[in-house]
Formats: sequence, structure tokens, C-alpha cells
Amino acid sequence: MTQASHALDRSDEADVIAKRRYLESTGGRRFVRFWRDFVRRRPLGTAGAVLIVIMLLTAAFAHVVAPYDPTAINFTDLLRPPAPDHLLGTDNFGRDVFSRVIFGSRTALTVGFTASLVGCTLGLVLGVVGAYLGGRTDQVIQRLMDVLLSFPLIVIAIAVVAALGTGEDKILNVIAAITVPIIPRVARVVRSSALSVVQMPYIEATRSVGAGAVRIMFRHVAPNVFAPYLIMLTAFLGQAILLEASLSFLGLGVFEPTPSWGLMLRGAGMQFLERAPWLAIAPGVAISMAVFGFNLFGDSLRDALDPRLRTG
Amino acid sequence: MRRYVVGRLLLMVPTLVGVAVLTFVIMRAVPGDIVALRYAGSNVSQDVIDQERHLLGLDKPLWAQFTDWMGSIARLDLGQSLWTGHSVVEEVQVRMPLSIELAILATLFAVVLAIPLGVVAAVKQDTWVDYAIRVFSIGGLAMPSFWIGIMAVLITLTLFGWAPPVVFTPLFEDPVANLSGLVLPAIAVGYRYSAVSMRMTRSSVLEVLREDYVRTARAKGLRETFVVVRHALRNALLPVVTVVSLEFAFLIGGLVVTEQVFNLNGIGKLLVDAVAHRDYTLVQALVLLLAAVFVIVNFVVDMVYVVLDPRIRYS
Repeated sequence: MTQASHALDRSDEADVIAKRRYLESTGGRRFVRFWRDFVRRRPLGTAGAVLIVIMLLTAAFAHVVAPYDPTAINFTDLLRPPAPDHLLGTDNFGRDVFSRVIFGSRTALTVGFTASLVGCTLGLVLGVVGAYLGGRTDQVIQRLMDVLLSFPLIVIAIAVVAALGTGEDKILNVIAAITVPIIPRVARVVRSSALSVVQMPYIEATRSVGAGAVRIMFRHVAPNVFAPYLIMLTAFLGQAILLEASLSFLGLGVFEPTPSWGLMLRGAGMQFLERAPWLAIAPGVAISMAVFGFNLFGDSLRDALDPRLRTG
Repeated sequence: MRRYVVGRLLLMVPTLVGVAVLTFVIMRAVPGDIVALRYAGSNVSQDVIDQERHLLGLDKPLWAQFTDWMGSIARLDLGQSLWTGHSVVEEVQVRMPLSIELAILATLFAVVLAIPLGVVAAVKQDTWVDYAIRVFSIGGLAMPSFWIGIMAVLITLTLFGWAPPVVFTPLFEDPVANLSGLVLPAIAVGYRYSAVSMRMTRSSVLEVLREDYVRTARAKGLRETFVVVRHALRNALLPVVTVVSLEFAFLIGGLVVTEQVFNLNGIGKLLVDAVAHRDYTLVQALVLLLAAVFVIVNFVVDMVYVVLDPRIRYS
């Protein structure tokens, strides 16, 4: 591998300072300072954050923003092109596409947040436990993660969905299917960060005053690998939203009548591609904007917290 | 070095056994087996169903089914599909050329797009060119490739009135028809993967450009293009090679959704159908095959390192 240069240019130095500030921040003032720097120095990341906030607000107030009931069928208004009364047109059941896109953000964000939060947290636990305990435990965990890593994401997700079953009210199964492939990817990154933390003198000190393994792992090691955890969390939020869309598109995710972006592309979006292209364009743009926001934000957060950490 | 290679090869065995066990367990946990699915809704007596299960060997205890399967794998026999009765090798042979060709085309497209863009972004770091290229690449990561595919079809349809052929033609039968069927999916998938390798190229070139030997090359008065391409890029390509080859391994079985969009009968579709049919033998064999491809590619990449970078020595 190429040797990293030790010469830090200006922006790197600022990054290191920002990172140290964040890691040291326990008080609210430091927290505020970190984000003020972030907004000032990272316009792309801030744009991402703005996108995310807009999306969260839209999802929270979907019933206010959406002009129609997303499930209301209206057979007199089938496949209407975009017009002032139906901003993004209507689908083959006469449902308002704009309202369905708005309500679809609820599904995407619920699945995305839950799956990446649970997946990253389980990955964090496995990574920290493996790094701290070492030896056979670590070996077993690592081999298990290797196994999970040798499948494409979508293949594991499909297998899990098939095992748990799909159905109208089985949204938890979809979340589980997206959670499983996230775990090994996070565990690996967290483990490599935790390995260096475990070597620190203060861990030895903690052990010598008689703290138990569980306490050391979760009170002393885990908080110090919080930066990679946070970065992975934002990175996988976008991934989880994409995966939900893919699964729903394949008919293995969310079911009708729940509005979901992937599901909207699956049926009518493909079928009426020529006659009603808005059916395929609108949900795709929504997915892309959502993932784009999380990626922009996550990228800049990674640069600000730890320029050396690359998750690819 | 030889010990390292042997060790790595041996380490593949537990990983693949783990994959085998996991697939076996997950498939048996899926409710309903192939016989139940086949006779669902029809009025067949329990006797017939039991007989069918016996014929397929599904009435044996689970551990016996597992050891049977492992035994045949050890004899390099992948078995037969429970659903079609054809051998797994046949089923794979029909689809493999398509999946591999698509993976190669997508990778080619990705590399051709990623490396020049990545280098330019690195050289013009923090200018509007860099920002534009980065937004373009983050966009590729954000758009689902199946949606890019749908949009590509929509665009060619409305602009040129052309849609990709519905039937797949093998490459050696009619190369033009073959490529016209695969060009849109290759672009859709390739754009997404170019984003990953473009980012890798950019950061890796940035790192190398700060090296002392690059400064020396510039001090010697070499032209900047020569320095970037011959001195920096060559040394920066190593991590890019890793990313590209691992993506390639994933592409072979991971294009489930894109195959769906373009109605391509590839390995991904075969796998999804096999899961839907509870075709245990086919799913198990396919997953094991894909995992083996991945593990082997991973190993080959590590070995290629030694060739590409004489400084690397495994011990």
C-alpha cells in the first residue's frame, strides 16, 4: 500500500482539529461549535442535511402536505398527466401520485432508520466484543461475518425475506431483511477501530481497578468508536432506503396499498412507461433525492470526523 | 509466501462450509417446501404428496439431507434442480454467459468512466470541476440502478423510438443483436459502479500526489500529464483494482433487479425463482457457487497485488 504522506495541508489540519473538537465535546457549546464549522466549511454536506430535514418534515406532516388520500381510488381520473390539481398526475387506479410520493417517504424513512440503526448497533456490539475479547470469540465472530460478506447485499436480503415470509402487514420482516446484511459490514469497520482503542493505556487502567469486561466494552471502548459508528449509520441509511426500494420492486418488500417508492415503480411504473412516464419518474426521483441527501451528508461527516476512514 | 497461499486457500474451506450451512438452514426455515407449493390448491391425497417427498428425498431427517448434500459436493456433483429436474450445471450453463457478459460490459463501462474522472477530480481538487464530478458520482450511488435502467429505456424510446430487444441473443450468434440487448443494462449498472471506483481513484490519486517521488518527478521538469499518468496513476491504481474486482464478483449474482427490469434470464433471476420455488438443491448450489466465485476473486486480487506492487510480501 502507498505510504500516506505525513505532511498535512491546511484543510487536513482543520479536519483534525474539528475531529478532536467533536470527540472531546461533552458540553453543548462544543457540539454547537462543531456544527457551526460543519455548515461553514462543507457546503455539500450542509445541502445534504437540508435535504434530510426537508424529508423528515415531509414524512412527519405527510397528512398536511399531501393534497389527497394516498390510497383513495378514483376511477374517473385514471392515468392523468401532471396538472395543477394533480401535481404529478394520477396512476392506473386514479390515485394522486404526488400524495403517494409524500406518504412513501414515511415507509422509506421508517424502514431506513430502523434497519440501519438496528444493523449498525448490532455491528457495533459484535465489533467491540470481538476486538476486546479477542481469541476464539473474535475468530468465531469474524468467520461468521466473512460468511455473510460473501453474498451480495440483495441476495441475503431476499433469503431473509423468503425465510420470514412476505405479506401486507409484514413490514418488520422487510426491516429484518435489510438489517442482516448491514451487520457484518459495520462489525468489520468497528472492530478495526476498536482494536486500537483496546490497546490504550486507559483501558488497562480501567481493568486494573477491577471494572468488568461488559463495563469496559460498553462504557469505555464503545464511546471511542462512536465516530465510525455515526459515519456508517448515515451511509447505511441511504443503502437501506435503496434496498427497501429494490425489494419492493421485486415484490418482496412492502405490499399494496402501503405507498412505497419501489412498489410504485414495480407495477404501473413499468407497465405504462410509454403512456404515463410520470409514474416511473416521480418515485425514482424521490428515492434518488433521499439517498443523495444521506450520502452527501454522510460523506462530509466522514471527512469532518475521520478523513482516513473510507468505507467505499 | 507458499505457506501464506496455502493458508489462505485452507481458510476458504470454513467460509464456504459456513455459507453451505447457513443457506441450508435458511432454506429449510422458509415455510412450505417444493411439493407443498406444486400441489397447492389442487386436490391431491396425502399419499401422493408423501410419495413425491420420498422421491425427492425430502422425507429424510435434516441431518441426513445435509450430509448427503455435502457428500455430493465433495464429489463435485451439484445435483439436480428439484423444480425442473435438469442438472444444476445445465441450468447454470444456460445463464452464465449472459451474466458474465453483462458483468464484464458493466465493469468496462464503469472503469472507462471512473478512472479518467477520478484522476481529473483529484488533479483539480476543490475546484468546480471536482465538485461537479463528485456530485455526478454521488448521484450514481443515489439512483437505484434499476431506475436508471427504466429511465434509459424511456429516453431511448421517446427520443429514438428504440427499445432493447425482448429476446436475448447469444454473443456468437449475432453480436449486434446481443450487444443492443445488453448495452442499456450495462450502462445502468456500470454508472452506479463507476461511482464507487471513481471515488476510490480520486482519493487514492490525491494521496499519491503528495508523495516525495511525485515532487521529484515534477522537479526533474517532467510534463504534468506525464507525472500524473505515469508516476501517480500507476501507483494509485492498486486500491482501485481491489474495488473493481470485488464489484465484478458481486455483479455476477447481484443483478437481480436489473435483470428483472430488462427481462434478462441471468443468474440473479435464476436464484430468485429458485427461492420462490423452494428449489433447495438449486438455491444451495447457486449460493455456494456465487460465494466461491467471490472468495476466489478475493484471493486472486490479493495475489495480483504481489505482481503489481513488488513492495508487498505476504508471510
